[in-house]
Order: sequence, then structure tokens, then C-alpha cells
Amino acid sequence: MSEGKPGQGVGARLLRKEDSRHLHGRGSFVPDMILPGQREVAFFRSPVAHARITALRRPAGSEGRIFFREDMPEVKAIVAPSSLPSFKLSEQHPLAHGKVRFVGEPIACCVGRTRAEAEDLAEQVEVDFEELPALVDAHKARLDRANRIHEEWDDNLYLTLSLDNGFEAESKKADVVVKREIGLSRQSMNPLEGKGTLAVWDDRANQLVLYSSSQTPHLLRIGIARFLGLPEEKLRVIAPDVGGGFGYKCIVFPEDLCVAWLALRYRKPFRYIEDRREHLVAGANSRQHHYNLTAYASKEGRLLALDAEVTIDGGAYSNWPFTIGLEPGQATGNLPGPYDFRGYRVKTYCVATNKPGFLPYRGVARTGVCFAMELMIDAIARAVDKDPYQVRLMNLVRPEQMPYDNVARKHYDSGDYPRALQMAREQLDVEKWRERQKRGEPDGRIIGLGFASYCEQSAHGTSVFAAWGLPMTPGYDQAAVKLTAGGGLEVRIGVQSHGQGMETTMAQLAHQVLGIDVARVQVVHGDTGTTPFSTGTYASRSIVMSGGAVLNACKELIPRFVRIGAHLMKSPEAECRFEGGKVVGPAGGVSLADIAEAWYMRPERLPDNVDRQGLEASLAFKPKRDTGAFSYASHAVAVAVDPETGQVEILDYVVVEDCGTLVNPAVVEHQAIGGIAQGIGTALYEEQQYDANGQPNASTLADYLIPGPTEIPNIRIFHLESPSPYTELGIKGMGEGGAIAPPAVIFNAVNNALDPLGVEVRETPLTPEKLLAAIEAAKAMPKREAA
Amino acid sequence: MKAAAFDYLRPRDVGEALAALRTADAKAIAGGQSLGPMLNLRLARPKLLVDVSRIPALKQIEDEGDAWRIGAAVTHAELEDRPLAGCEPLAKVARFVAYRAVRNRGTVGGSLAHADPAADWPLVCATLGATVRVIGASGKREVEADAFMTAAFTTQLGDDEIVESIRVPKLGAGARWGYYKFCRKTGEFPQAAAALLLDPQRRIARLFAGALDRPPQPLDTVSQALAEHGGASADMVNAALARVAPGLGPAARKLRATAVQRAIAHA
Repeated sequence: MSEGKPGQGVGARLLRKEDSRHLHGRGSFVPDMILPGQREVAFFRSPVAHARITALRRPAGSEGRIFFREDMPEVKAIVAPSSLPSFKLSEQHPLAHGKVRFVGEPIACCVGRTRAEAEDLAEQVEVDFEELPALVDAHKARLDRANRIHEEWDDNLYLTLSLDNGFEAESKKADVVVKREIGLSRQSMNPLEGKGTLAVWDDRANQLVLYSSSQTPHLLRIGIARFLGLPEEKLRVIAPDVGGGFGYKCIVFPEDLCVAWLALRYRKPFRYIEDRREHLVAGANSRQHHYNLTAYASKEGRLLALDAEVTIDGGAYSNWPFTIGLEPGQATGNLPGPYDFRGYRVKTYCVATNKPGFLPYRGVARTGVCFAMELMIDAIARAVDKDPYQVRLMNLVRPEQMPYDNVARKHYDSGDYPRALQMAREQLDVEKWRERQKRGEPDGRIIGLGFASYCEQSAHGTSVFAAWGLPMTPGYDQAAVKLTAGGGLEVRIGVQSHGQGMETTMAQLAHQVLGIDVARVQVVHGDTGTTPFSTGTYASRSIVMSGGAVLNACKELIPRFVRIGAHLMKSPEAECRFEGGKVVGPAGGVSLADIAEAWYMRPERLPDNVDRQGLEASLAFKPKRDTGAFSYASHAVAVAVDPETGQVEILDYVVVEDCGTLVNPAVVEHQAIGGIAQGIGTALYEEQQYDANGQPNASTLADYLIPGPTEIPNIRIFHLESPSPYTELGIKGMGEGGAIAPPAVIFNAVNNALDPLGVEVRETPLTPEKLLAAIEAAKAMPKREAA
Repeated sequence: MKAAAFDYLRPRDVGEALAALRTADAKAIAGGQSLGPMLNLRLARPKLLVDVSRIPALKQIEDEGDAWRIGAAVTHAELEDRPLAGCEPLAKVARFVAYRAVRNRGTVGGSLAHADPAADWPLVCATLGATVRVIGASGKREVEADAFMTAAFTTQLGDDEIVESIRVPKLGAGARWGYYKFCRKTGEFPQAAAALLLDPQRRIARLFAGALDRPPQPLDTVSQALAEHGGASADMVNAALARVAPGLGPAARKLRATAVQRAIAHA
């Protein structure tokens, strides 16, 4: 843990400004909001995975309270165009249209004075289905041309990506070939607060106001306006307090469109709040990847080439605006990870299935690719009979190679990847654990140690997103800053902070430039009516993009301050400068409060040549190079595996991470811890299973396990600081990283523990039952299979 | 996920509660820790909820000399916070029922009446030789705890009956108690559980396996061996489990055997 720099600027370990209201229960989330005459919305959702709707009925008299697709013809279907060559488009209607494609798909929208009343109505909807075979297995769906999710397609493939860079030549040099099949389960993201949208027509503003639990209010505004056919200026989106996003809240949902349409149609407030059952069933939309990998290595364990077939279970629909292309794009490009090798051949299939449409979840494809790659590194080490740590170390990109263009044409900007791994090993105290491992535990448990390394593309911009073919590419982020009368500062940013601590870190950036007490810096975010445009908070981008804009906008004010300050001191402007939060010159100093007083209240004190842009500045920013600032980390763990129960306990968890210049070490650490908690969920607990009919097995948190406080170990975090050459102050994004490595590092540790038993596990989540079954199967085998 | 409409009654005494339960589609609720979610999921749709959790007669804990009588509406937390001399296992078990927020509301009688085979009290009460006192229109009757649950989520309780109290005999001097449950995470229902009571003074040796798809099952061959020889082989445990829980896969079998072995080791 870093102690942090003194003061309040960049590097200071400040407590978060936003925590007080949350700890006191004074936050304001969509579910807290009640407007006069508000109606609650519930959805009748598909009970089957794949069927044609042959009839749909509602009780007489329920018109105006129960709505079907045909009632809202002016609402367009959600279609997310992609410029990727093989991409097939899906059409997602606000309510099912002719067909249902996953259990939980909204069919009817029901309105009541209370949610219970709305649910009562939902029970009265009657639907006749002609059931179709459910496509549950992505491998089978990929080959099935007869039974199609989207009948206008000729198969069930959203897209196929492939890349070959030097594979043939490099693979030939190999002494060792290692093959593995690796898989991840389907997960839902489970933010504490689910989706929530409250729409109301504001007569005074002549505008539809949508309060929505969103990470991306400006994007949501564009999307909703587009699909509703509403001029954008007639829509204001406000994201109030948001209880976690993780990618779930950066897209346009059918439910949003229904609620917005109702408010437009009836000019009353309508609200929809997703409950946990809906979230688990209709929101099981991430992580499910499958890998067939073949690694080609030298006998020393040097990775030379990788051949990969990746299958992504894309679910039923492609989302707007990120599209289903984001996940396969990231998987294809990021699989090589932080390693230096020159032969790579990959084919990635993204397959439509009868499950909720895949969405980008914290880490996006990188949790999967890191899991796959890191298990392969350990498998190579076992194949060449070496310590996985040594094999990992020998293959990492070295600092003298930076900036490094990898085999998938990613441009790694900076860092010392081996150093992070070495530090992680030191901090874990490997010798101590190895000793204990040899000695054996008194309770019969088996100790295992694991490592995992990754690098994380953050704050990637236009060129990267353009290559993924999205209908939206992020460009400039804007920030507006304003010195207030009295010398405080308002900072307006178009991103949304929902746990990232940006009300604090953005204030720290402003303080860094202007020296204003962070308590006097008011950060305004999450409202299209009051903030400048940004595509929003996703892709670990906000502190680099929005933060860069804040830094530059603050700098923009300085010459204006100096001109006014110099005039107030009656000193020549050239002899004055801005320093320590004041304008200083030969005659002393002038505070920002005095400058603000002159501009707002005492204009007679201003010089004639005062800058007419006043004390506010709005500025757009993007980094010098938009291929991304790559954060990286190595995680190291010690686990105890109970071979009698299959339980895995994490005894120590070490992170050495480098996100460039640290803005606030506490915020960085807490982001890492939150991400790791989710990663532990991926590794050990979380899974939505489907039966052959596409019925999800888990509909409550009793069946879908997420780790709680007692399942999260004490996590020890250490920092390196390699500033990015491309960003303001060398800051890199890091919000997702924590969620990337835990499955890899935990599985590697378990496999290390169970290596003597001949057990190697490769499929998330590692449930006790799965682990016990693997151990029992290994016991039943006469002899260990060669790797 | 909101409950369908229902009426709610909080009777002052058992008589009023029983009268209310005789109306159509009435259901008793105590702590509501299982029934609450079932209401919200609309899996349970009673017309009337009869809240028995505040009836004073159901909240008593009495010393009957050779046993403790525990009112059905006594919460897990109350048992956790008040160790009962001679029935020390109750507080130890209560401490690990779900998590504290659930323990503050959930009741012993409610847990027995709900009859989740993975719950703690059905297993523990059977092993301790407890007796369940049921009260209904036709009066009171006593049911042995190991016979009270007839199948998963099914008991001997009639629609118009409630659990009044549970009588738990005090342990003899030198009695040994072993309890083990395997939960994937803190507060979850276990995937395997076992309880053992060896009470030589009272000539009792009882071992039950819990968290099956049926009521807790006695493993008498094992408990006899323990009482007579002070030990039981792994094969004996496996064979006993195979009799009471046939058809388990290797992992599930192993986990249940581990629970039994650990309950024995803890005693």
C-alpha cells in the first residue's frame, strides 16, 4: 500500500468525498425517487427460450395498462450497425416481435400504481407459443444452419474474426507443443443496484427527462432519441447516484425504450426498477468464452507461437452501441497478453444462442483471455518441467522493448512487466510458502501458489474503437470548469462516476493545477443538461480522457487569472505568474477569491483587456496517441485446497500493479479490490447454467452465488509508476484490471497444489463439486496422464 | 418480485392464531426468512398470513429439569446469545445458522415447519432426540423430531396446526457432540452436513446425515460402532451413506462422507 503524496493534488491519498452520503444512506438512486402521479412498470417476460409467438392476449379493459409491441409502432427496434465485414445484424424490439429468443425477454409492459399491481397485470397476459428447439451450446449453434435464432441469417454466427501473424514460420521452431481446452461460465454482473429508469415529461422545459441508472448518460440520450424518433434536444438524461455499472449500464435496453415511450405517450412519470430475479435471468450476459489453444514453445519454455480457436457465446442480440463485436474483437486482439512472441493465429467465432445478449463486463474479454493465456503458460511450464514463475518471467515483454508492438498489433506504451512479477513473488514470500507446502498442513489441506500477469488496454480511443466496427467511436472528451464567486471551482464532466471516486479524483486534478481546496471543488457529472459531451464511463477511460480535459481546462484559466491579478496589484502582467493557488508578482499576491470578486461583483476593478471568456473554460481533450495507455499487473496467491471437500481458501493475495501516475492511491487500491472480488466470483462461485431447453437454473442469489465479505481475503496491493508517454501526467486507466487476473491466478494456484495428484482444472467456476469430481477421477486413474 | 396481495393478521395468542389458520388459504409466518422470499417470488400465495412471531407463549425458554423447552418463535439469535446449560450444542449451532440478519428474525419452529432438509435445526433436533410439540384445534401432540419431517419441505404438521415448542433433553455428563456442515460460502445452506451425539451416561449414540434430498437420515451402524469401539472405518461410513442416500455421484458421495467423518472428528 502506498502512503501517498502530501497535500491534495495528484498522488495524495484522500478520503473520497462521495463516501459520506453513501455511508449515511443519503445517496439518491432511481429507486429512491418518487414523483407525483408516478406509475410503476413491470414486464411480462418470456418463460421459454426459443419460440414463435402465435397469439398474445390481454384481459378486456387492460388496454392502457398492458402494452405489446404493436402498441408502440413509432419505437424503432434496437439495431447496432457494425462495419466489420462478416457481421450480421440483430433486431431487438422494445417488446418481443413475432419471436422470443431467450428466457426473460420482455413480451409485455404492464403499468400499475405499485410494482405489485404491475406484476399482478403481468400475470394476466396470455401467450401462445410454437416452441422451437433451444440453442444453448455455442459449439452446436455454430454448426446448426437449420435451426436459426435470427431466421433471416443463414446460420447462427454474428461474426468470425481471424488473424495470422507469423504463425507458420514461428510454430515450426518449436520443441514442445501444448494443447488445452479452457472455458468460462456464463455470468451476470450483479451491480448492487440493477437497471432503473424513471421517465417524465417536463412541460416547463418542453422535454422528456429520463432519470436512469446509467454509466453513459450522453450516449443513452443519443440512443433513446434515435430509437424513439425524438429530436435529441427534447431529451435530457440524468444519471443520479448509480449503484455500480460494470458495463451493464452503458447500453440502451428495451426496458428504457418502453418507459420513455410511456412517459411521452401519457405525459406522466413512469418508472421501471429491475429486480434481482430479472437481473439473474434476463441479465446473464457475460464471460462465456471457450478456447482451444495450442502453444508452441522451445524446450526452455520460451513461447514461440500460439494457435487459438475462440468461441464466444454471444446470446440472442447485439447491443447498441457497443455491439456484439466488442467481445470477439477484444478476445482476438488481447489474447497474446503481456508476452513477447511472434507467431499468432486465431479464429474467433461469436455465436448467437438462446441466452441474453452478451454485454461488455468489467475487464471485457480480458478476463477470459488472461485466464486462457495464463493457464497455458503454466501448462507450458509443466510440459518443460520448469517453475511457471520462471517461464512467465522469460516470456514477458521486457522494459527495454517498450514501446512494444505485439503480435496482435497492440502498441504497449510503457512499463516494466517483469519487475511487477518479481515484486509479486517477493511480496508473496514464495520460499515461506514452498516450505509450508512441503511440510504439509496439519488439517490435510494442500497448499498451492499461483501467478498471473496481464496488461490492460485503457483509455483507448478513436482508432481502436473504429477497428471494432462500432456505430460509435469515442473521440474528444470535454470538461468545463468555472471559478465561482468566492473562489471555489465547478468542474463539469460528461462521464458518470458510480463508484470510481471521480468526485474526489477530478477535484484532485483541478487542485493540482489551480491549488483550490478539493472541498471547494464541486464535480458535476451524469446529466446531459448540465455537462459537456462525453461518451461516458467505460473501458477504463474516464481519468485519462475526462481527467485530461479537466487538467487542460484548468490550465486554460491561468492566463486569465494572471491578467486580472496583475491589474488588481497594479503590476505589469509579464512580471506576474500563477503560483500556489495565487497570482503573485512584485507587489505581493492576489487570491482566486479576489479575482472572482472582481469578475462577478466588481467589474470596475477589471482591466480593459480582460479576457471576455471570463472565468470559465470548456475544452476537449484526447491523448496524443489513442491506441491506449496500458496498465499492467501481476497477481500472486497462496491457496489451501481441501481435497476432502473441494473447498479452496485464499490464504494470501498479492497485487503489484502499475497504472502510471497514481492520482489517488486509495482509489486505485479500492478499485482493484472491488474488481478482484468480482474476479474471485468468476473463479470460484458465479455461474448461470442452462438446461437443454434453455431454462436458466439460477433465479435468486441462493442459486447464483456471489462472494461475500468472508470470501474475499485481505488483498495486499503494491504499486509501480511508469507514466504513459501519451497521456496527461502519464496517468493510465485501471478500473477494470482487478477483475481480469483472479480466475487465472487462483486456478494456477489450485493446479499447483493438485499437480502431485495429476489434477488440472480449466473451467470456471471451480466449484467444490467440480474439484472433488476431478480429484476422485484422478484417484480412479491408474497413472497420471502425460501433459 | 413483489408478493401477490394477502391479508395480514397478528394474533395475540395461540387460540386466535389457530382460529385464523382454519380459514381458507391461511398460512402461518414467523420470521419469514424462507416464506418471505417465496411470497415475493409468488411461489407461495396465501390469502391470509398469520404472524405468530409475537405470541408471548411461543417465545418462552423454560428449564424443565432434564430438558429445555424452547418456544417455536424463539429466534436463532436468541439461542446464539443465551447458551442453555446442558444443551450447549444449541448455541454453537445457532451461531452458524445463515448470518446474523437472518438469525435475528428466523425462528426455530419456523425452520422445523419449513422443513428444508439442508437447514440446521431438523438435523440437530433429530440428533439431540428433541420432541416437537404441535398444537391445533384438537389440542397438543408430541412428535419425535426425527419423525417430524416426512419428506423435503413436508412435515406432519396439519394445515391448521402450528409448532408450539421444542423439548430438547439435556446432555449427560461426559456427552460428546460433533457437528459439521459444508457451505460454499458463509450463510448459505450446506451441501453436506452431519451431527453426532455420544452420550454414554444416557446410553445414547446418534449420528445423522443431513442436507440430503430427504429428511436427516440416521447412520446407526456407524454410531453403534463409535459407541462400542470408539471408531468407525471409512468403508463403514460409505456403506451407511450409500444405504440412506443412494444414487449420488462420486463428488457428492465424497462430500457427504467427509461431513460425517468431520462430525465424528469434532465430537
